[in-house]
Amino acid sequence: MKWTRRDLLKGLGGLPILGAVWWAGAASIVGKRRERTEILQQLNITPSLPQAVPGISGDPIRVGIIGFGIRGEQLCRSLGFATKEWIADMELATRENPDNKGLEDFMNQEKLNVKLAGVCDIFDVKAERALNSFSTSDNTIKRYRTYQEMIHSGDIDAVVIATPDHWHAPMAIEALENNIHVYVEKPMTHTIEETYRLREAAQQSKAVFSVGHQHRQTLSFRTAKDIVDKGTLGHVSLIQTNTNRNDDNGAWNYEIDENANETTIDWEQFLGTAPKIPFNKNHFFRWRKWWAYGSGLSGDLLTHDYDRLNCVLNMGIPDSVMASGGVYTHNDGRNVPDVLQVNMEFPNFSTGSSQLRGKEMGMTFCYSATLGNGFSRPTILMGHDATMELGNRLTIWPDGGSTRYREMLENEKMYPGTPIYQYDPGANSPDAISSATSQYFADKGLMWTYINGKRVDSTFLHMREWLSAIKNDGTVSCGIKEGFEEAISAHMAGLSWKLGRRIEWDPELEIIKPIEGIDLDAVLLSNEMVNTDFIMVS
Amino acid sequence: MNRNQNKITVVVTILRVLIGWHFLYEGISKVYNPDWTSYGYLASAQGPLKSVFTALANDSIMYWVDTLNMAALVFVGITLLLGIFERIGAIVGIGLLAMYYLSHPPFPGLTQLNVEGNYWLVNKNLIELVALLVVYYLPTGRKFGLEYFRNRKLAKTDAL
Repeated sequence: MKWTRRDLLKGLGGLPILGAVWWAGAASIVGKRRERTEILQQLNITPSLPQAVPGISGDPIRVGIIGFGIRGEQLCRSLGFATKEWIADMELATRENPDNKGLEDFMNQEKLNVKLAGVCDIFDVKAERALNSFSTSDNTIKRYRTYQEMIHSGDIDAVVIATPDHWHAPMAIEALENNIHVYVEKPMTHTIEETYRLREAAQQSKAVFSVGHQHRQTLSFRTAKDIVDKGTLGHVSLIQTNTNRNDDNGAWNYEIDENANETTIDWEQFLGTAPKIPFNKNHFFRWRKWWAYGSGLSGDLLTHDYDRLNCVLNMGIPDSVMASGGVYTHNDGRNVPDVLQVNMEFPNFSTGSSQLRGKEMGMTFCYSATLGNGFSRPTILMGHDATMELGNRLTIWPDGGSTRYREMLENEKMYPGTPIYQYDPGANSPDAISSATSQYFADKGLMWTYINGKRVDSTFLHMREWLSAIKNDGTVSCGIKEGFEEAISAHMAGLSWKLGRRIEWDPELEIIKPIEGIDLDAVLLSNEMVNTDFIMVS
Repeated sequence: MNRNQNKITVVVTILRVLIGWHFLYEGISKVYNPDWTSYGYLASAQGPLKSVFTALANDSIMYWVDTLNMAALVFVGITLLLGIFERIGAIVGIGLLAMYYLSHPPFPGLTQLNVEGNYWLVNKNLIELVALLVVYYLPTGRKFGLEYFRNRKLAKTDAL
């Protein structure tokens, strides 16, 4: 049998095509992977693994909750205690949308070795809600009428403070002075003066003090720290962080309980050091809108963004702060601004430089917020060599003018528009998130983190760290040093907005530089909106 | 009539080679990329069979789903390009395309993910699927492909 050339062509013609396609496919993929590996090797970024904390062994820690409002309830869930009402709501939500994993996540949450021993809330409905759900025959929970009663009861080892801002420091100080461990919500303090007293109390106390900046547990932030430390971004000269919300909840117009009245609420105790005014439900439930009890965007939301970056960069207190803004979107009687821009200057800070020594130094941290628009603006770190978007996901783009990556850019191994690194630990966890506010927090990495692809509540991790430190004499990631920096920076922003001028920090003396004739704390607390030479000390 | 049939044979052969080319390249691109997985594609499935496809995106069977998909793509590519067992290749290809079509069907009201054009009921997967039916019913391996040798041998035997 003899094969002609024609036979071979007809029989084997497909073979060279097969070879060519196979080769082209393999070469293209392998080539791309090699380039990618080369870039990654050069960047040498190591994604962080979850931090192991020593166990919370021995007798359960007896925890008391001060303030069982929206945040107090959330913190209790992180401790492992959900109200019957919440469970019922979540069962309904899960039935309506099987993708809603809230209840499942809560049920799967690791059990912490704590005993919920007491609750202190000055609104009967909230206190009873806690007792009704958590007080059982084998663990009766006591309701305390005042925080002092709870702290001095001898039945409580640790307190969780989730009250209006003006109560944070007095309660925390009282607890620390009695060696009761403290977990306090942000902002750590409401005035400058009490920030120093709280620092003193925390340093003197044997108790463990932790500030509720739970995002310090977010794995992407730990990875981001590694990225910055390795000089991946070069000298970061500008940081852009934002708040964008456009809903009632996001503007602190929380629901007013129908059972709220002067007999169910201890109004005098709510006011505390705040100006004495007649009973006012609006102030009680929506306290974040007034300087007398809260601190608006600067204390409530800027603190999150500031501490997120302080945890990545450790830049400390800014040398100076300038802020502007106003009540532009919710003119409903509030006196905290709902549009706010804050520029914090760090002239002596650098994340490292790839250029001539001394050419680059200094950074501006820019916080831009509105409660009248929900367009999601990412947090961006802008370096000479690269730009990083920071959230639960991390993305890094090389900069077209980079010194460090010049060669790779010239050789077209990198392109300014194409990310050179992406970290997305939750990529394989499809999830349904409903409310705009929770989406806002989730995108920023403030709600949960991902460990081995599983979603974990970062507040749970943060509280576990605090409890573990209590039992094992350990340290916490957001203690008094970090809390002090957060509080002072937020107060500087609030002051600058109120006074309409630059507020400066003296790092030697560790004080906000005094302004002649002005009592800064009085300004901070004042409900006045006017920002021109007011409150002269007489 | 005969001339026309020749033209059809040539056109179908080209169709077969091009489809084989497409399948092989898709398959090879996945084989050489250890990071590739169909997880996202399956997890984001839509339409009436959504639950079936999302069930496939399960950690315990993901490896096999991915491996089978790659193997099937390469198998279809090789059979169609070489012109051998092309009818089996065509059936496997039709099965794959039917799954791709049904997991992300271009039905009104469903969000179209990662598509470059505009589709209503009909998309390229469906068209390629029908093209494979043509390949199935008009086998051309005996004219161009390894089947040719079998054909020729038979012809010679006949002549004897």
